[in-house]
Amino acid sequence: MNPVNNENVLEVQGIAMSFGGLMALSNLNFQVKRGIIKGIIGPNGAGKTTLFNIITGSFPPTNGTIRFKDRPIEHLKAYKIAERGISRTFQTIELFGNMTVLENIMLGCHTRIRPSFLASGFKFPQSGRKEKQILERGMRILKFIGLNDKFNHLAENLPLGEQKMVEIGRALASEPELICLDEPAAGLNETETHLASSLIKAINAKGITVLLVEHDMRVIMNISDEIVVINYGQKIAEGSPEEIQNNPRVIEAYLGSEA
Amino acid sequence: MLRIAKLPIAIFAVLIILFPWVAREIPAIDHYTDIMVFVGIYCLITLGLCILMGYAGQISIGHAAFFGIGAYVSAILTVRFGINPWACMLIGTAVSSAVAVLVGAPSLKLKGHYLAMATLAFGIVIFIIFNEEIEWTGGPDGMSGIPGLSLFGFAFDSAEKYYYLVWSFVILAFIFTINIIQSGTGRALRAIHASEPAAGAMGVNISKYKIIVFVYSAVLASLAGSLYAHYLNFINPSTFDLFFSIKLVIMIALGGMHNLWGAIIGSGIITFLSYEWLHYFEEFEVIVYGAILLLVTVFLPNGLVGVPGIVKGWFRR
Repeated sequence: MNPVNNENVLEVQGIAMSFGGLMALSNLNFQVKRGIIKGIIGPNGAGKTTLFNIITGSFPPTNGTIRFKDRPIEHLKAYKIAERGISRTFQTIELFGNMTVLENIMLGCHTRIRPSFLASGFKFPQSGRKEKQILERGMRILKFIGLNDKFNHLAENLPLGEQKMVEIGRALASEPELICLDEPAAGLNETETHLASSLIKAINAKGITVLLVEHDMRVIMNISDEIVVINYGQKIAEGSPEEIQNNPRVIEAYLGSEA
Repeated sequence: MLRIAKLPIAIFAVLIILFPWVAREIPAIDHYTDIMVFVGIYCLITLGLCILMGYAGQISIGHAAFFGIGAYVSAILTVRFGINPWACMLIGTAVSSAVAVLVGAPSLKLKGHYLAMATLAFGIVIFIIFNEEIEWTGGPDGMSGIPGLSLFGFAFDSAEKYYYLVWSFVILAFIFTINIIQSGTGRALRAIHASEPAAGAMGVNISKYKIIVFVYSAVLASLAGSLYAHYLNFINPSTFDLFFSIKLVIMIALGGMHNLWGAIIGSGIITFLSYEWLHYFEEFEVIVYGAILLLVTVFLPNGLVGVPGIVKGWFRR
């Protein structure tokens, strides 16, 4: 997708994160333009998931600012960031295993529509209306990710590929402007990887900005508009897929230098 | 989708309505109505514990404290200040809610064993207060002369009348709790149980929901405490000790804490055991409870409500 304009939806400014003495990220800077697919790559342990956890509010950074739509978010809790319009999936599946596929997606709607405790308990008419809205939206999303026939399966009983799809669907249910996908193709076979790629493109076509961490180079080179490369917690390159593929520092980070 | 069938609830309600009529006719069980009053009172507490522990996944080994707060607020305000018992019941729930927020806000940030220890300590502290604040609570001797309940001149002055009062509360609480579980709120609670990181990322305000469900369970326990005090007209601290908190956990573990029916079944069985069937064991009664808890956790992780599922599994093979 071409960027809608040059507006930055997300700005990562001087982010540093240390766990004890370990510097997981240091002085990381990059921007994400609205409407693009931005890939983040880097060897294992480069700090990609840590970056995702900071952006989505799992923990605050040691230093630096994250601006989403020009407002700082790095101090907010995860649920607040979800309300602002950032959603995510997890590298290791974090589905609600004992809930059905549909319920997982419906929980994703929580950010936008939720009845209050008392309204639910007393079954006020508004809580019924909201539940119906949530149900309809959940079914729409299931159709979009192609799992509407499995709506009543327990999430934990699905094969890995479909669980990854449900995670993406659940993230979509919160109507995000920016969706952070943490290795959506990891552990998938050829067909499933292909499906995941086209789903990500379809999400992007709806105008949702995508931030994508992925190890599968074909996926990332095929669908990203821009790529950031991180190694040892620092940005070592940024640019279009072609630029990245020919960047000597990137090649060195992945293959090691020629002695 | 999680849907709780309506038919069993209707059948259950009818059985509850009919029970005293049957018990009255059979001399061997004519005092069962009285025991069923206590079953109902404990059901109120375990319904709240069930949604707190089974659905939201937050352990509490201190709910005897909220039961006690309800009972003592009712007792103190009626005996010492002559306030209307129904108003006392409401004030009791307000006090319990406030205490639940104060205790819950810091301790619900803890997980697993630590939360268990925090609630356990809380239960012990409240138990000590009941014992030591003699001026207010009467200390270990307890308080007597707590008035019974009456509504518009109708006094709930017999076991049968009180039975219907208590079970009306239980049925209402049961329906309210079912509505919660089947709503978006229930989904959020189950999501917190399954994965806190994912629930947070999906916009669930985790600490708020934990506190809400903790307060709800405290309110039910407090109502139960008030009903208990106005029924027996006498309370003393030993009712609200640590062992009672543990007994509540045994009730929902035995019945099955992932299912509201488990709360009712467990409360029924344990109450009848302790009021009626375990007298032969005398001081060894505790061992029976220990054995029940042990056997259930090893063989019936889903409690008695899980038994049909296990049996079905046998036939499928």
